[in-house]
Amino acid sequence: MRTVQYNDIVNAIKEMIIYSTTHLSEDMLEALKRAYEEEKSEVSRAVLAQLLENAEIAARDTKPLCQDTGLAIYFVKVGEDVKVEGGTLKEAIYEGTEKGYKEGYLRASTCDCFTRANLKDKVGYNLPPVIYFDIVPGDKIEIEYAAKGGGSENVSRATVLAPAQGKEGIKEFVKKVISDAGPNPCPPLVVGVGIGGSFDYAAVMSKHALFRSIGTKNPDPELQEFEEELKTELNKLGIGAMGMGGTETVLAVHIEMFQPGRMCHIASLPVSVNVQCHSSRHAHITI
Amino acid sequence: MAEYRLKTPLTDEDVTKLKAGDIVYLSGTIYTARDAAHKRLVDLILSGEELPFDLKGAVIYYVGPTPPKPGEPIGSAGPTTSYRMDSYAPILIEHGQKGMIGKGKRNQDVKEACKKYKAVYFGATGGAGALLAERIKNAEIIAYPELGPEAIRKLEVEDFPVVVVNDTYGNDLYEEGRKMWEEK
Repeated sequence: MRTVQYNDIVNAIKEMIIYSTTHLSEDMLEALKRAYEEEKSEVSRAVLAQLLENAEIAARDTKPLCQDTGLAIYFVKVGEDVKVEGGTLKEAIYEGTEKGYKEGYLRASTCDCFTRANLKDKVGYNLPPVIYFDIVPGDKIEIEYAAKGGGSENVSRATVLAPAQGKEGIKEFVKKVISDAGPNPCPPLVVGVGIGGSFDYAAVMSKHALFRSIGTKNPDPELQEFEEELKTELNKLGIGAMGMGGTETVLAVHIEMFQPGRMCHIASLPVSVNVQCHSSRHAHITI
Repeated sequence: MAEYRLKTPLTDEDVTKLKAGDIVYLSGTIYTARDAAHKRLVDLILSGEELPFDLKGAVIYYVGPTPPKPGEPIGSAGPTTSYRMDSYAPILIEHGQKGMIGKGKRNQDVKEACKKYKAVYFGATGGAGALLAERIKNAEIIAYPELGPEAIRKLEVEDFPVVVVNDTYGNDLYEEGRKMWEEK
């Protein structure tokens, strides 16, 4: 059994948060540069130029790329042969989150659902995070983190289609979600699509799909083709950067399905669309 | 698509020359307010009390910045989604507000108020919080500090870049821009 120190996890999380909220990842930078080159609308190109300049300023000054530094989202894979010494893994993630957001001068964006009060002194600074744990073979802890902004989360949708609606129904649903959202979620977007499993699990998969690096291909050839088809369809909507009209609305569509075997219940076809703004801040560490 | 440099407070003459799609660089004083602050401002107007700043010709920026680092006037400061202010904006426009800065769609009531009382809705680039903060030279909380990021701040801006989304003639850049590039 391998042992990992509680404080090492806290520090690794803190540093990951501060770095990834101020430095746009290489895959996103590449995708934005490509969109800038291909965009045909002048006003959308001007927006994309601002976004590239913003990424430079943020990295230079270690300043948040966006003031909405999000709800902290984690997908954590814990090896069966590793144990944390000095506290629990969950506590370490909470403490790392609080330290990262506080010491990085990031915004505390969590609040009471009804009173809307910021409870940073009672509950904690930008706490609680959303964490999905999984147990896997091995002696490592893998942590994926995203700072998920509210604007793009607000337009995300989940549904359960009738099986007969099939892929065509999924396509129509995804198109409707992005079309209705228009300028609000800060396009150009990354679109995460979760298909299969249950109503709730489709939503979890659609969120996890956003962690995949842009430019990497879906290992399932049929899904790879479906992703390209959806991207082409969505870019026909004409929404453009920040909704000002243009040809580059979507940087990538990522699909995840319930594995093994792309399964769901015989009566259902669950589908979820999680929308990600152009300020996609995600990171990954292995401890 | 024209380009203008304007100084706040804005006048009827300033805003009526603007058309949806124009690029504007704003300089001068602007104020920040989000949902909670808007509610308080509207409550003050309805009860006939004085506002914490002069609404005449004012530009309000929908933003909840990150905390500033020591020595900085403000942290990252990009726009938030504007529809949450839709129920409050028309009454502020009726009482003299001339400009709103945010991102995302507005409802028909806001667009009508822009036409009737001569005001414009500007879009700033969402997610460009570090770049936009460089154009903010000074920031001071003037009301509701207990609201944290949502407190009302008085900002001094220089060449703050925005695009006219809704003008005083009923045009909407989001609708027109999309129509121009949509493939059926």
